[in-house]
Amino acid sequence: MIKTADTPRTWNETLDTPSSPGRSRLEESWRLFRTNRLALIGLGIFLIFFCVALLGVFLTSGSNPVFDPALVRLEEKLRPPLSRPNLDALTPGKVPTLGVYLFGTDDLGRDIFSRMLQGAWVSLTVGFVAVGLSVLIGIAMGGLAGYFGQARVTFGHLLACLLLGMGSTWLVAGNKWLAIVLLLTGGALLYISLQDTRSGRNPAKENLWLSWRRLPIMTVETLIMRVVDIMLCFPSFFLILTVVAILPASMYNIMIVIGLTSWMGAARFVRAEFLSLREQDFVTAARALGVGKLRIIFRHMMPNALGPVLVSATIGIASAILTEAGLSFLGFGVPPPHATWGNILSDGKNFIFDAPWLTFIPGFAILIVVLSFNLFGEGLRDILNPKLRKRS
Amino acid sequence: MLSFIGRSFIQKLVTLFFVSIVSFLIIHLAPGKPSQIDPMNPKFTPEILERFQKEFHLDKPLYIQYVLFYKDLLTGKTVSWKDNQSVLKKMWDRFLNSLPLFVVGTLLTWTLSFPLGIRSAIFRGGAFDRTVTFFSYLLISIPGFFFAYMLIIFVVTRFHVPVIGMETFGLATTAWTSVAMDRVWHLLLPSILGATGGIAVLSRYVKSQMLEVEGQDYVRTAVAKGLPPEKVHYKHALRNALLPFATMFGLILPGLIGGSVIIESIFSWPGMGRMAYEAILARDYPIILTVNFISAVLVLAGTFLSDILYLLADPRIRL
Amino acid sequence: MENCEPLLSVEDLNIYFRSDDGIARAVNGISYEVKPAETVSIVGESGCGKTVSALSLLGLVPCPPGEIAGGKILFDGKNLVGCSEEEFRKIRGNRIAMVFQEPLTSLNPVFTIGDQISEAIEVHEDLPGDTLHTRSVQLLREVGIASPEERLKAYPHQLSGGQRQRVMIAMALSCRPDLLIADEPTTALDVTIQAQILNLLLSLQQSHSMAILYITHDLAVVSQVARRIYVMYSGIIMEQGETDRVFQSPRHPYTRGLLASLPSRLKRGIKLPSIPGMVPDPAHRPGGCPFHPRCRLVKTSCREAFPEMCDYGNGHLSRCPILYHETKGA
Repeated sequence: MIKTADTPRTWNETLDTPSSPGRSRLEESWRLFRTNRLALIGLGIFLIFFCVALLGVFLTSGSNPVFDPALVRLEEKLRPPLSRPNLDALTPGKVPTLGVYLFGTDDLGRDIFSRMLQGAWVSLTVGFVAVGLSVLIGIAMGGLAGYFGQARVTFGHLLACLLLGMGSTWLVAGNKWLAIVLLLTGGALLYISLQDTRSGRNPAKENLWLSWRRLPIMTVETLIMRVVDIMLCFPSFFLILTVVAILPASMYNIMIVIGLTSWMGAARFVRAEFLSLREQDFVTAARALGVGKLRIIFRHMMPNALGPVLVSATIGIASAILTEAGLSFLGFGVPPPHATWGNILSDGKNFIFDAPWLTFIPGFAILIVVLSFNLFGEGLRDILNPKLRKRS
Repeated sequence: MLSFIGRSFIQKLVTLFFVSIVSFLIIHLAPGKPSQIDPMNPKFTPEILERFQKEFHLDKPLYIQYVLFYKDLLTGKTVSWKDNQSVLKKMWDRFLNSLPLFVVGTLLTWTLSFPLGIRSAIFRGGAFDRTVTFFSYLLISIPGFFFAYMLIIFVVTRFHVPVIGMETFGLATTAWTSVAMDRVWHLLLPSILGATGGIAVLSRYVKSQMLEVEGQDYVRTAVAKGLPPEKVHYKHALRNALLPFATMFGLILPGLIGGSVIIESIFSWPGMGRMAYEAILARDYPIILTVNFISAVLVLAGTFLSDILYLLADPRIRL
Repeated sequence: MENCEPLLSVEDLNIYFRSDDGIARAVNGISYEVKPAETVSIVGESGCGKTVSALSLLGLVPCPPGEIAGGKILFDGKNLVGCSEEEFRKIRGNRIAMVFQEPLTSLNPVFTIGDQISEAIEVHEDLPGDTLHTRSVQLLREVGIASPEERLKAYPHQLSGGQRQRVMIAMALSCRPDLLIADEPTTALDVTIQAQILNLLLSLQQSHSMAILYITHDLAVVSQVARRIYVMYSGIIMEQGETDRVFQSPRHPYTRGLLASLPSRLKRGIKLPSIPGMVPDPAHRPGGCPFHPRCRLVKTSCREAFPEMCDYGNGHLSRCPILYHETKGA
């Protein structure tokens, strides 16, 4: 079909002459990104934040840190920012570095500046780990659904997975022997079932006893998408809240829970991309050349599918930070003595009229960092969306 | 058309079944035996555990537990541990409280987002667009309670608007006009707060949909026919841009529970979200589990409603 | 018909597009004219600027990033360059109408055919409801759609490609325009349907005495449809004249190349010739004659000087001085 000439960018795609300047894809993307000023600002702020967080870890950890976030000075509680410490009341070890309370102190006399430094790293970690986990799961599920979509899941597969699942649960619960038996049976059954699909043996010759395991239930794609639908049924914040309420409070639990409840978006994107990529010629060409399935998936298809995932990951980090803040506000966040910005903010809510800086400083900090992630993510989305590109 | 609805309904039923299993299994995240209680975890004491075992029939085989759990839940036998009231009744009462907040918030969100988004799309890059975009970014990045507190401080110190609870204590005996006015005042701030976040997200989505539709060939045909810009934008483009929103409309149903936890906590509004939160604080597991299940049901009902709405809106699917 | 005033006269039209790569001169100084009730065709490969020049006739060129950098478009005496949106709206659909290439995406999927056709009429004429309905039915019948009454209630996705294109033509004709621009109307259709649509256009032209500007890349179609033809390459008109004359004795290497690459019975068994090289990027055109990198007859003068039009008489003009000297010299 002949494309009608529309804008020069369409022409540059259809015309291919040696006289047009060559540009690598990365260069082209960077150039486009540069024109979006807000996205650049977002990226800039993110980099600053990252450096601050790194610095923060160094400056506040260890037994004798430069800025001590945990040092309690009850005599100095609720001091406003930029106030000088009362040197008569303090022992020399408790005097704040730099001689001034940069961001003031909280109700336990702890230096807010140090706490913010420590909290930067924690907030960052929570965001990245949670989103990293969700992206990994999402890509795996979406990729499987997209690539192996039409493969049939048989009764044997399902039973094997059920056995493996039960085995792992029992293992965690402590019942070792039963667990091992279940895991071994499940593993063997899975192996046999997978071999079946690969070799496609003639079922007629088989013992009727064992042939029930071939019964196809549904396709891989349907299975995974139904799981996604089920997970989507639970409103995420509430689910996180429920799980965090039941499990013991710890930073890792929170990260894992956020990760486990937000992979669905990435899975959907990856599956959609894979579905369209699978039909494209370069994949057929690769298969015709005999390139193995895994190599095709990882080397050829995945890089193309990562675009929307990257966008949703960036925005996901922003949302993870906000979620952590929300959980802290409700009392379910990262437990003390770790400082997170959400913690500081929620501790401050009791003193909102007496010590507004306790609320404003972390609040604005969260706002700016989350804003920068959102801007950066939107900038990425604009680059990656060819349709929007043409319109400008 | 009927087959589409039929298939959708059956799909939802199957998903509901699996959702019920998952909801049920959440109980088992809790430690199963007294020996497994982590002494550092204040959430589970041996007494709580015993009660757990009894109420959820954990001594019986798994599938019987499942059946009994849902039997109790659906017939209203499940009782709250805090005050021994039936869970379903409690939920209903709180639901009625949450409803006006939800309705006003949703109304504000949907009626304001569309004009904002459409205008941003049509005058893309102009001052209006840039201002709206700026505020949208700001609103989606701000931590909810931070914004709430700032609003509260501002409103209380300037306008003396009451912000806590649903009504001023003791006012019930005065004339109904002042009671009504009082109710409206109390409703105002929480709904606005709830709406602003929604407007920020929805208006940007409206804008991007409009932009995508405006680039389509049939819009060009409409212009080539000589149609005035109002007809081009509001008749041709908008009608197509609205299609995805028909589906979104169905999905606001789950918002009845999900979105309001923080808002209700801040304003001490006795609604469903707050009940769920209090339940979590008080380890009132029957309520927690019931609310989880009901919200999942709402999501499924919402998606089913979306499917029907989409069917009605898009002739390509209908015919 | 030969000597009356042209209905449409485009003079030295320049349309540029600004992009990050620089300025792309999509249309680089073209002139053509269409007389009343005449069929004229602009032929060229994709990317040569023919569609953009047609869009400019209706003011449909998106104006950032595009701009009309010079020239005139005289329609019935009035210069359309610099016209306001309001003035264009009076012309669109009413005196100049356009049929686009992709009939499925060019029709709004959520409105019925009847809705879209009556809308086209309503915009320019104030008619009561039942007259509108009768007019719509009549229009559908004119374009050859069976059972028009029922078809009015159908949605675009319920019709076949050929039927949709007929509907587009009906919409375009609804206000009896003086000029119909057809931008590759049959490219997206099957060959058999193509023939039907072409015949339809020809018969409609007769019955409505309407001028048609037919834009295409398909030379075979041109020969059936157009009386005069303009061959366009890289934003410039390379050759123009009466179709028969140009086909019989093409006076430009590009036209010769195009004609030679048409498969026909005379050339069975011989390898199909093609024009080597590629169409240049409109932002980075070669100096001199834009065709020179691909031309067999290229001389030094072609690289340096932009060629002027050479007149062969009877309206046959060509932009190749080399061939001109050869022909006239011989």
